[in-house]
Amino acid sequence: MFVSLNWLKNYVDIDQLSPEALAERITKTGIEVDGLERFGQSLTNVVVGYVESCEKHPNADKLNLCQVNVGEETLQIVCGAPNIAQGQKVAVAKPGAVLPGNFKIKKAKLRGVESNGMICSLQELGIEEKFVPKEFANGIFVFPEDSEIGAGVTELLNLDDVIIELDITPNRSDAFSMLGVAYEVAAILDVPIRLPQNSVRTVEEKATDHVSVQVEAQENNPYYGAFIINDVQVGPSPLWLRNYLIAAGIRPINNVVDITNYVLLEYGQPLHAFDFDKFGSNQVVVRQAKEQEKMYTLDDQERTLSSEHLVITNGSTPQALAGVMGGADSEVSDQTTTILLEAAYFDPQIVRKAAKDFELRSESSNRFEKGVDPNRVRLAGERACQLLSQYANGTVLDGVAEFDQLDYQEKTVTIWTSIINARLGTDISNDEIGDILRKLNFDYEQDGETFTVFVPTRRQDITIFEDMLEEVARIYGYDNLPFTLPQGGAQAGGLTKNQQLKRHIKSFLEGAGLSETVTYSLTSKGRVNQLVSPEIQEELVSTVSLAMPMSEDHSTLRLSLLPEMLGTLSYNLARKQQNIAYYELGSVFISKEEEVTKQPEEKLRVSGALTGDWITHPWQQEKKQVDFFVVKGILESLFASLNIDVQFKQAKLDDMHPGRTAQLFINNRSIGFAGQVHPTLQKTYNLKETYVFDLDLDYVLEIHKNEPSFDKIPRYPSISRDIALVVDEEINAGAIQSTIQQVGGELVKSVQVFDVYQGKHLDAGKKSIAFNLLYQDPERTLKDEEVEASYQAIIDAVANEHQAELRG
Amino acid sequence: MKERLQELKQEALVKVKEATTLKELQDVRVAYLGKKGPITEVLRGMGKLSKEERPVIGELANTVRQDIASALDEKKESIEAEALEKQLAEETIDVSLPGRPAPVGGPHLLTSIVEEIEDLFIGMGFEVREGPEVETDYYNFEALNLPKGHPARDMQDSFYITEDILMRTHTSPVQARTMNAIDGSKSVKMICPGKVYRRDTDDATHSHQFTQIEGLYVDENVRMSDLKGVLDRFAKQMFGEDREIRLRPSFFPFTEPSVEMDISCKVCHGEGCHVCKKTGWIEILGAGMVHPRVLEMAGYDSQKYSGFAFGMGPERIAMLKYGVDDIRHFYTNDIRFLKQYHKA
Repeated sequence: MFVSLNWLKNYVDIDQLSPEALAERITKTGIEVDGLERFGQSLTNVVVGYVESCEKHPNADKLNLCQVNVGEETLQIVCGAPNIAQGQKVAVAKPGAVLPGNFKIKKAKLRGVESNGMICSLQELGIEEKFVPKEFANGIFVFPEDSEIGAGVTELLNLDDVIIELDITPNRSDAFSMLGVAYEVAAILDVPIRLPQNSVRTVEEKATDHVSVQVEAQENNPYYGAFIINDVQVGPSPLWLRNYLIAAGIRPINNVVDITNYVLLEYGQPLHAFDFDKFGSNQVVVRQAKEQEKMYTLDDQERTLSSEHLVITNGSTPQALAGVMGGADSEVSDQTTTILLEAAYFDPQIVRKAAKDFELRSESSNRFEKGVDPNRVRLAGERACQLLSQYANGTVLDGVAEFDQLDYQEKTVTIWTSIINARLGTDISNDEIGDILRKLNFDYEQDGETFTVFVPTRRQDITIFEDMLEEVARIYGYDNLPFTLPQGGAQAGGLTKNQQLKRHIKSFLEGAGLSETVTYSLTSKGRVNQLVSPEIQEELVSTVSLAMPMSEDHSTLRLSLLPEMLGTLSYNLARKQQNIAYYELGSVFISKEEEVTKQPEEKLRVSGALTGDWITHPWQQEKKQVDFFVVKGILESLFASLNIDVQFKQAKLDDMHPGRTAQLFINNRSIGFAGQVHPTLQKTYNLKETYVFDLDLDYVLEIHKNEPSFDKIPRYPSISRDIALVVDEEINAGAIQSTIQQVGGELVKSVQVFDVYQGKHLDAGKKSIAFNLLYQDPERTLKDEEVEASYQAIIDAVANEHQAELRG
Repeated sequence: MKERLQELKQEALVKVKEATTLKELQDVRVAYLGKKGPITEVLRGMGKLSKEERPVIGELANTVRQDIASALDEKKESIEAEALEKQLAEETIDVSLPGRPAPVGGPHLLTSIVEEIEDLFIGMGFEVREGPEVETDYYNFEALNLPKGHPARDMQDSFYITEDILMRTHTSPVQARTMNAIDGSKSVKMICPGKVYRRDTDDATHSHQFTQIEGLYVDENVRMSDLKGVLDRFAKQMFGEDREIRLRPSFFPFTEPSVEMDISCKVCHGEGCHVCKKTGWIEILGAGMVHPRVLEMAGYDSQKYSGFAFGMGPERIAMLKYGVDDIRHFYTNDIRFLKQYHKA
């Protein structure tokens, strides 16, 4: 809402503060001021001039030579505006004037003729194009005939006004009117408020003799008032009224429309003027629209209505979409002479629905949606009648044809000083509370510390104690609240075990060289099925999609963090950032229903994506690309740090390299996978060799045993044995290793691969794998014979199970 | 015999002196001090000597032996020292050459901010709670005093999945869930960080996904001045001890009174400058006293219990703290952006 301070001064005295100081006070006490703008700038030497004569310039077709009376003198001015004419009153910038944009006016010769000033358009005086009335858009501005010659234009055009923009929260609908703002400012500054004097002069003829009002949809329209104004002359509004509308951001149109807009801004009550001669009947019938019923609105659009919309009809056809927009049939035009003026209360919900359905948010619908003040509905109609009689020559008929079931009752809210102080942590006295209520213009009855407050109907937002608590607190001033700390017993804050563990996993991965990313949870339908871990696929019944996505790219909830992570890799690669190691912690979303009716399950995953060089040290010719074993090493160390045993099993998974992928298991339960992305998928992301991992973090957290137990540091020596085996190349090292471990039993402390070889000296299809075995008993020194026996048993077992031969 | 020993000694010392390698030195040792060496031979002939001469020659022979041995040791040490010196000289490297970098990763800036705020509130006795990102209409709106058709629902156009399920538009539903779980039986003091979603077109200041941290404290006799005190602690620890806060009225359906908290501008300290758009203050978060309806829906007696709540955006805080100029940076994950915040 744009508030003209010049307009506001009609209701409250604000001269004690600068506009900036006032804006600051309003912000701190009630409503955020979003902006403060000087409407124009004060101009000196720019005055109203009377064009005494206007003739063609002798040397130029498109220029005119004018003699302009500016009061104490008559100036000869050359003017190029197409709409200049003798007899007009115009804005004249005299020599010495400085127009906006630092445009200095000097005496000049134009095509050989002396010109002593400039006749100005509104734009040249600093008014924004969009607020300039259409008739003056392409030329100079013409003042009304009664304007005083020689008067400064600054006051006439309101150029010295300051406009503050209020960011009004949904609860403060009262501030969507100049009177509402005036009450607010009166409370802040503790000054009296001057309400507009409403005195309509009416003729004896009654409105009810000309029109009847019938409301069928009474819940949606508890009040409808129809005023009749005859003999209206449609024309331009007075200058002051146009100025106020412009300041409020509304373009002046004609006196009838301008007056309804003016009252809308002043009272916060939207009104609508019908051309009664075109209305089509003498009865107003308000009802729900019929299904598929059609009407043309003021903007000449055909609207197809439904029973959820409320319409104003003439008994048969809709003439207005209630609270939103009038109909084209009965639109006020220059020829209009009789007006049916509507002042009504429409239910916020029904207006909201229509405004939303037809995307017609307007100054009117905006106010109805938030709820208007019941006590101002008829009053606003009367105010408009008064102005129509004053400024549009209207003859107002007596009374109003109305339907009235509106609740005008003001609410009472009881407050107690002691409870207010207990809630705020303050020490406010009874007298101070009374004073605050007086500033707010709220009536009340006091009994000791108990105040019964009669909340004016303009403040629809105040219904309970806490609402009044806020009123008291903000007028008392939040700056005046003390700083205290909670008195309640000292709670021990902290992270849960799982939260600590998540932080551990993050730090671990960061220490291992991975950077954390945060990607979008919403992905595209094309990406969502990529790289989904087997255990997720198994549980998944359907993916979860938005009902109305804003774009296909973010339409579906992810099943894996990896596709969006690959997207970020791709983004970086396109910017020549080739060596990337990323990880992310986040949820994936799976539904176990065919048709989603419940919240999906959210599964926490930790995933990674790595590409490019892992180690580079050029001058030592050291360079290592990320490969499967880099990723596996990170994961092995991670699980070691968590004290969890994890198994890697060769696996073939969709979207993954068929020979370079492992599925991970804990206690024979699938918890994710790791490996190289399938080259085909890599290509769709424009990626080079890329490795990923994706793990079920929920399960890891679930089975993690937090306390490491104490194992004695071994005191007895260990014995190391190497064993090199030749096997078929299909045999997995892991399989041999588990055989060794099984046979070796507790004596074998560790089994480590230290060499893998294939090629010369070996038959085709064979490979050699060398293991180092470490024997140790924590309780005693081992004997050579025992180790030897175990060693032989192992050789027999691997020969048996894997056809492994000792390498000679 | 005496002379012979002296001779041998001289001879040996010359050879020790001449030796240049440990091998040569060893040869000298074997030649003179070995079992078959000349000194041993001399000693063998001692039987022929008189009783008086025997100890004299014996002592002399020992002295000669010792002298040769210590000369050998000395020479050995010097040869070894020389060799070591040579080795060290050969091993010298150019320490100005670049080192082999260790792989370095780090947290996302948003995580750093969130964890910093978590730790700060943990220090004031708060717990950290989490909740689902896909919410029911009830917890996201209704339980927070936003019934269907409420105009405030306009402020946050949402991503619905079904009529009743949506991407949460704020972390406030975790408040309602936490209070509901307790069923009005005791106090709650928690913060809740998490991802939230709104129907916004991504641009420099909007993101359809962003982060929020919600705080809630419900107990008997919680005062608005407590909210002011806690937020003041937060602002000073997060932004600096010299920063001031102010509260000004605002509106949220789930709090009453509702306020917005500003901090004084770090550049002008409240005087007004271009950073704070001449207001002297920068908006940080929304807060208020928990609306009695919200308390009651969660099972609290709103006569007995009161509370405060606040909610803030880590993106905004990061942008203010580090001058990040575009919210999309947080979600593009450009490695050059991420690495800037891996420093302590």
